[in-house]
Amino acid sequence: MKAFTRETSTVVTIPGVNCDTDQIIPGRFIKADRAQGYGQFLFHDIRRSETGELDPAFPLNRPAAAAATILLVEDNFGCGSSREGAVYALVDHGIRALIGPSFGDIFYNNALKNGLVPVRLPEADCQRLAQHLAAFPDAEVTVDLATSELILPADLGRHPIVMNDFARDCILRGLDEIEMTFTYLEQIEAFEKARTGSHAWLDR
Amino acid sequence: MAQASAPRTMLGKIWDAHEILRHPSGPSLLYIDRDMIHEGSFHAFADLKRRGLMPRRPKQIFGVADHYVPTRGRALADAASPAIATMIETFDANMEWGGLRHFGLKSREQGIVHVVAPEQGITLPGLTIVCSDSHTSTQGALGAIAFGIGQSENAHVLATQTLWQVRPKTMRVTIDGVLPQGITAKDVMLYLIGTIGAGGAGGHAIEFAGQAVRNMSIEARLTLCNMSIEAAARLGMVAPDEITFDYVRGRTFAPSEQEWDVALSQWREVPSDADAEFEREVHIDGSKIAPMVTWGTSPEDAVAIDGRVPEPASFEGEEKRKAAARSLEYMDLAPGTPLDGLKIDRVFIGSCTNSRIEDLRSAAAILKGRKSVVPAIIVPGSTEVKAQAEAEGLARTFQEAGFEWRDSGCSMCAALNGDFVNPGERCASTSNRNFVGRQGPGARTHLVSPAMAAAAAITGRLTDVRRI
Repeated sequence: MKAFTRETSTVVTIPGVNCDTDQIIPGRFIKADRAQGYGQFLFHDIRRSETGELDPAFPLNRPAAAAATILLVEDNFGCGSSREGAVYALVDHGIRALIGPSFGDIFYNNALKNGLVPVRLPEADCQRLAQHLAAFPDAEVTVDLATSELILPADLGRHPIVMNDFARDCILRGLDEIEMTFTYLEQIEAFEKARTGSHAWLDR
Repeated sequence: MAQASAPRTMLGKIWDAHEILRHPSGPSLLYIDRDMIHEGSFHAFADLKRRGLMPRRPKQIFGVADHYVPTRGRALADAASPAIATMIETFDANMEWGGLRHFGLKSREQGIVHVVAPEQGITLPGLTIVCSDSHTSTQGALGAIAFGIGQSENAHVLATQTLWQVRPKTMRVTIDGVLPQGITAKDVMLYLIGTIGAGGAGGHAIEFAGQAVRNMSIEARLTLCNMSIEAAARLGMVAPDEITFDYVRGRTFAPSEQEWDVALSQWREVPSDADAEFEREVHIDGSKIAPMVTWGTSPEDAVAIDGRVPEPASFEGEEKRKAAARSLEYMDLAPGTPLDGLKIDRVFIGSCTNSRIEDLRSAAAILKGRKSVVPAIIVPGSTEVKAQAEAEGLARTFQEAGFEWRDSGCSMCAALNGDFVNPGERCASTSNRNFVGRQGPGARTHLVSPAMAAAAAITGRLTDVRRI
C-alpha cells in the first residue's frame, strides 16, 4: 500500500446521493485482472452518453479535472456491492482522497486497505465546499493525514479528519496489515486452539 | 457492577467471544469462524500467491460458484462468454490450489452462497462469518455476526483467520404485531428502508426483534437480514430460538447428534440479555405494512403498491430532490403515476433475497393454473432448492405458467453471468437492488416480493397481489 501523509489538489465534485459501487464500476468490468489497470472503468457508464461517448458535462470529463486527486461526493457514497474494484478504479485513476458526508461501510474499509483516504465531513460543510468549488473551480483542498486535518479553501476552515488511529497509522506508514497481524501469531494460535476445543464441529 | 455481569446485546456477546485482542488504537482482532468464497474472490487468491502464503485454516473456508454460473445448463460451455467461463475455472483452480472445500458448477450442493451456507449447516448461531459479498448479512438470521468484506480483507482472513474490525453501533428494529396475509419479510424490509433511508442504519448492526420476527420462519428471517445492507447496516441479525435450532439440526456441517446438547447450551446464551441497551431503537407496526414496490433507483424509493410515483419537489433537501428527478428520468416515470397497473416487460424471481423454497411456494400459489404474459424466469437459490421444487411439483406449475425454470445462481440480480434485462425494459424483480444499470445497462428494476412478481407476470403490470 502506498503511504499517504498529505495531499493538496483541486477537487472534482461527483453528483448523486447513494452513489453505489455499480456506478463507480459496473459489474461487467470486475472480472478484469488488476494488472490491466482499473482506472479505465471508473464511473464508466455514468460518464458516458447513451451512444458511448464521454459526456463533456460529467465533472470528471472536464479538461481541468485531469489533475485532480480529490473528489467531493454526496451522502452514502460507495453503498451497495462489496466489490473492491470500485476502490481499485478510483486508485488506478489517480484519486487519493474522497470528501463526503458518509460512505458505505464496506467501501470505506476497502478504501483504507488501499491507501485511499475517505474523509467524513458534515453535510452542511460539504454543501458549502460544493458551492465554493462551483464558483472557484481552481480552489485547492489539502488532506493532511499527519495532522488529521482537512484544510478547505478561502474561509471554509480547517476540519478534523476523524478516522480510527489504527487505520490512520497503517495508511501513514503504508503498512502491510497481514504482516502486522502475524506479529500477533502467538495470541491467534492460543485462541484458535481454545476455539477448536470448544467447537470441534467448526474444523472438520 | 462487575463488567462481566453487565447486560449485553447479542452483537456484544458474539463479538466478545471472538475478540483475540484489542489494539491500543481501538479495533479488535476478531477470530473468523467461516469465510465463504465465490468466483469474485480471485483478487484475494492472487494476493496470497504473491506473498507465498496458503490458507491458514482450510476447513473453515467454503467455496461456492454462484455469481458467474450459467443458469441454462451446468456445462462450462453454457457460460455466456469465454471470459465468464474463465471466472468459473479460475474459482475451481484457486479452491483446489488452497485445498479448500468447494461446491462447483456441477455440485449438488451448489447455489447462491447465502442460500447454500444456511442450507448446509455452515451458518450456525454464535459464529463470525464473512464473505466477499455485501449480502453476507443474510446469514445473521441464525444469530451470527455475518458481514461482507472486500478482497484485501478476504486475503487477510485466508492468511490469518482473523480480521481487524471496529465494533459497530447497535440498533434494534422491533417489528410488532402480526403481518397481514400476503405480507412478507421482503415487504417489511422495503418498508423499513423506505422509512429510515438507504443510509439509515449506517455504522450500525441491526438486531431484528418483535412478535412479527419471532413468528417468522428461518427463510423469512434470511430475507430480512439480507436487505439490512440496503439500509447501510454493517450487518443484520435475529436471536436464535427453537425455530433456529430445529432448522439447523441434522444439516451437513452442523454439530452432530453427539455434540448437539453442548452446542445447544452455547446457543441458548447467544440472544441479547433482556435489559441490554441499544444505541438506537426503531419500532415498526407490522400489521400496517402493505405489499411494497420500488419506483426509483435506490431501495429507499419504496412505496405501497396502492401508492403513486412521488413528486421530486416533495423531498426534503436539494440533493434528494435532484436524486428523485434523476431516478424518474432513468425509470421513465412521471410523478403521480399509480404503481398499481404500471406495465412491465419482464419478471425475475430469484437472488439471495428471495429464491428459497418458501419464496418459490408463494410464487407458485399465485401462478397455479395461470399464464405469464411477459417473459419470465425463475432461478432457484440452490441446486437443492431446485430439486425440492421439482419434487413438490412447483417446477411444473412454473413451466405451465410459461416461466423458464433455470439452474441456480445469482443470475439476473447481479447480471454478471449473461442473464440481464434489456436496455429500457421494466422488470419486476425479487432481487435486492434497483440501482442504475444493476440488472443490465439501461434496465429498469422494480423490487417486489415473490408473490408480487408472480402477480405482475400474469397481468403484465405491477399488481396488488391482494386482489389475485
